[in-house]
Amino acid sequence: MSILIDRNTRVMTQGITGKTGMFHTQTSRAYANGGACFVAGVNPKKAGESFEGIPIFGSVKDAKAQTGANVSVIYVPPPFAAAAIEEAVEADLDLVICITEGIPVRDMIRTKYRMQGKRTLLVGPNCPGVITPDEIKIGIMPGHIHKKGPVGVVSRSGTLTYEAVGQLSELGLGQSSCVGIGGDPVNGLKHIDVLKMFNDDPKTEAVIMVGEIGGSDEETAAQWVRQHMRKPVVGFIAGITAPPGKRMGHAGAIISGGKGTAQEKLAVMEECGIKVTRNPAEMGRTLRSILK
Amino acid sequence: MKIHEYQGKEIFRKYGVRTPRGFAAFSVDEALEAAKKLGGKVWVVKAQIHAGGRGKGGGVKVARSLAEVKTLASKILGMQLKTHQTGPQGQKVRRLLIEEGADIRKELYAGMVVDRVSQRVVLMASSEGGMDIEEVAAKTPEKIRKVTVDPGQGLTDADADEIALAIGIPEASLPQGRALFKALYKCFDETDASLAEINPLIISKDNQVIALDSKLNFDDNALFRHPELVALRDLDEEDPLEIEASRHDLNYISLDGNIACMVNGAGLAMATMDTIKLFGGSPANFLDVGGGATAEKVTAAFKIMLSNRKVKAILVNIFGGIMKCDTIASGVVQAARDVKLAVPLVVRMKGTNEDLGKKILKDSGLPIISADNMADAAKSVVAAVKKKAAQKKIVKKKTVKKAAKKAAKRKAKKK
Repeated sequence: MSILIDRNTRVMTQGITGKTGMFHTQTSRAYANGGACFVAGVNPKKAGESFEGIPIFGSVKDAKAQTGANVSVIYVPPPFAAAAIEEAVEADLDLVICITEGIPVRDMIRTKYRMQGKRTLLVGPNCPGVITPDEIKIGIMPGHIHKKGPVGVVSRSGTLTYEAVGQLSELGLGQSSCVGIGGDPVNGLKHIDVLKMFNDDPKTEAVIMVGEIGGSDEETAAQWVRQHMRKPVVGFIAGITAPPGKRMGHAGAIISGGKGTAQEKLAVMEECGIKVTRNPAEMGRTLRSILK
Repeated sequence: MKIHEYQGKEIFRKYGVRTPRGFAAFSVDEALEAAKKLGGKVWVVKAQIHAGGRGKGGGVKVARSLAEVKTLASKILGMQLKTHQTGPQGQKVRRLLIEEGADIRKELYAGMVVDRVSQRVVLMASSEGGMDIEEVAAKTPEKIRKVTVDPGQGLTDADADEIALAIGIPEASLPQGRALFKALYKCFDETDASLAEINPLIISKDNQVIALDSKLNFDDNALFRHPELVALRDLDEEDPLEIEASRHDLNYISLDGNIACMVNGAGLAMATMDTIKLFGGSPANFLDVGGGATAEKVTAAFKIMLSNRKVKAILVNIFGGIMKCDTIASGVVQAARDVKLAVPLVVRMKGTNEDLGKKILKDSGLPIISADNMADAAKSVVAAVKKKAAQKKIVKKKTVKKAAKKAAKRKAKKK
């Protein structure tokens, strides 16, 4: 098993005709069972056309009705991406993965407000996506560094997730699923939500949780781990050297009012029984040490 | 994006947030003119820089005559204003705000931010105005009152009144307080602000509620729909290297150390800085080259990193996924040649076409140190900096010794 997505997931690409949408639909389709998984594209102006054999529909609702796709991935440009998320939520999909970087925070506040009471889950925006190795890849991560196995990975950052995955695979430790939740302040699933899923997934034996400065999501997740998590968790927080008040690339990665420092997060995580490492080159080995 | 206080107040006024009357001045003459136009007997001369803590640094002064306006304006314009936010070098004052004086009965605080936990806008206010609000939050958190704004309804009368009463806005000023908070929310929402702060918010002797200060930051991701705000950008207030970087679509932030780093991805970039520190070095910058790092982009990145004179070595850390290691390697080699690199360069590449990338670096004939993982890369770059420093010391010692010998010879000759 895995979390969120597997070989039976059927995916539509919103923004399939853009450069990014095209490229990543191709690479995702070429990965494992991707050929069967990617069944539809959406572009209101190009309904009836197709992209390399994938039919394009005018709306998410049509794409779902015609193909049975239950998940969407979004590569729509930032000014229209929040509306694209809302369309997918309105169509009652199971899951929306929004890769788009640079969506205005105000748009996301409104979108999250409108998502209240809906069952659709959101991953991202501004994230690499989700992968269940050897089954399906939805997003922009390099598929070949992954390996099937017992470790769950959840992270706020893209390449740092690849770093963790790369270390695990090199040590022969495969992954159950890897979830990039994204670096924006207003987003979908948080660390805690993904940890809950890994906790309930029989194939996941341990989890690597990668965080960064800003906000208090890692602390909230750590408190939950202390109370409920039945599996070992390894943690790393990026940004020990980040000065306060400076935005480190991600809109959410900022220390403000003395809150959200890496030290504070690491301390809480340690206190809650998470095995933390301060050396990002040691994420994989730290996990191996607790599995043995 | 940040703007100046006077610009923020102009935006406030458009939304009905009451502020004192005032004019911006770029010269002493303009300051005098502004004071004359305002009339009255008391004026406030305020330095306009983007950093906070201007009052404590001597950038805000009260004048009681036109002559005093002139003296203060000439003193403040052009000064290097040092505050806790500018760093020790301070920030040069190029603009002033000349404002009418206010009769203050009470100083309060109001602020608005996006709260990550509720994923909504939060209005914060406090009876402790005029002070460092972070200190108030740390020492007496109960004195900061908050209300979360429902995105569907906006800030309601009830929300506004609740906050107003909680921070001690008197009954007589309640309608004004309500109007100000509601206007502030509308302003925050419609301008895509990421931070709005009024410190102090005052109750005047005649019960008016007035924003005596303004601090507005905007969401960079939303600037595409606010050309009127982009026009307010003041490049003099920004780090020239950061401006240059943004031209090349690079995300660069200057730091205090001497090891420059170039990384793809913000999280990995932070982690790389952390690793340098972990092994005893100190990062000179944060630099995320992003997804599509072409040779031109890498060259631009090298030039920007090297224009920081403190830099003693460079660490490149790339996790090639979509971006292939051989592409990056060619870019690095070309950049190193273009800038005639004279400091040690450590490269760590991982991922797609890793071996091909390493071969390109090796075949280049350049003295590039290759590392297999982040820790090794950090150790190598720290060692390279130390080695260079030690060599310099030896060279220095030698020159000192030589000089001493020469002096001795000269002495001997004289004898």
